[in-house]
Amino acid sequence: MYNGGKIIAGLIIFIALVTFPFYTNMGKTIEKPADPTAAADELHIGNVPIGQMRAEHMMILDKWRDEVVRGGERFITFDGDQYEKSIQNGCLACHSKQDFCGKCHNFAGVNPYCWNCHYSSEEDQL
Amino acid sequence: MRIDRRKFLKLAGCTGVGLGLSAADIFKDTVEASSGHSAVSTAATRYAMVIDIRKLQTAEDYQRIVDACDKIHNIPTLIPEKGNPKHEVKWIWNDTYGHSFPDQKNFYHPEAFKQKLFPLLCNHCDSPPCVRVCPTKATFKRPDGIVQQDMHRCIGCRFCMAACPYGSRSFNFVDPRPFIKDKNPEYPTRSMGVVEKCTFCSERLEKGEQPACAEASNGALVFGNLNDPESEVRKILKTNFSLQRKPELGTMPSVFYVIGGEEYAG
Repeated sequence: MYNGGKIIAGLIIFIALVTFPFYTNMGKTIEKPADPTAAADELHIGNVPIGQMRAEHMMILDKWRDEVVRGGERFITFDGDQYEKSIQNGCLACHSKQDFCGKCHNFAGVNPYCWNCHYSSEEDQL
Repeated sequence: MRIDRRKFLKLAGCTGVGLGLSAADIFKDTVEASSGHSAVSTAATRYAMVIDIRKLQTAEDYQRIVDACDKIHNIPTLIPEKGNPKHEVKWIWNDTYGHSFPDQKNFYHPEAFKQKLFPLLCNHCDSPPCVRVCPTKATFKRPDGIVQQDMHRCIGCRFCMAACPYGSRSFNFVDPRPFIKDKNPEYPTRSMGVVEKCTFCSERLEKGEQPACAEASNGALVFGNLNDPESEVRKILKTNFSLQRKPELGTMPSVFYVIGGEEYAG
């Protein structure tokens, strides 16, 4: 084999790089989020079933974002009460960023950039 | 394919008409864009602010207005910590007569008036140049006249900063969060790489409140609907002489400065 040493050395480096995610995460366990107990067909604020909110919250937030910023429709009426379509004043009024959003996002390795601007005072991220 | 003379002429005719139509379209756009003065808002609402300079006397009067805005909107204090004036983020700020009204050629304005400071903010122009240049339509004019900035869509190209003749826009060159003194948990911060500016407190208007600066100004800053002849802003403008910043540019600013007269003459 011509240049055998170089080829084998190259292969070893290549395999080390490709398997990097596997051995860096070896032994680490990330707690799988427990199945949420709330009924999936119960209605969430905005007249969306909770199950749909779980699956499509990113699309719903995106839609609400445009309605608030570009349409000026900031409030939503649900069950006779007015709610603000806002992460900081709406979502975080009931849900905790760390225990609610963080649970699934950390498990799935999803790091949305919402938090770059919409901060949560609970972790004093500001 | 064989093409006879008759068919060729037909095709050439159609092409010519098509080109002519598209050229007419382009020409129409240019005419509309260049005739800025015809675009005076006829909407039911056009929000505006009247700043009565006579009512701002002490340094504290001026500072109170800026502080109210800074606190509510999580505006970072990047000067003097960083020392780079480009990093400064400002929505409402105070500047000298010369910087505020460089178009005023009357050398003999009252000295006392020329010594004053002027609160400056986004003019929420009726014909806003920042909106025209934004490549992503991140900044847009609302039907009520507020020039709004959608941070989610801003790509940080800073065309709007180049277009704005009033310097009302600031770019986040650094992450603003470590420089925010008082945190308002009800309002987002901005992230690095977006342009920001005064919003006329659109989030407060929706809740039926006045803009923060107007509320903190003890009546020196009056906010209202310019297109309502009975509104307070219109009443003040009807009975007082006022200035707009750089009106000759045709941006039609919605911020007016009531300058008064005799109290400076003495």
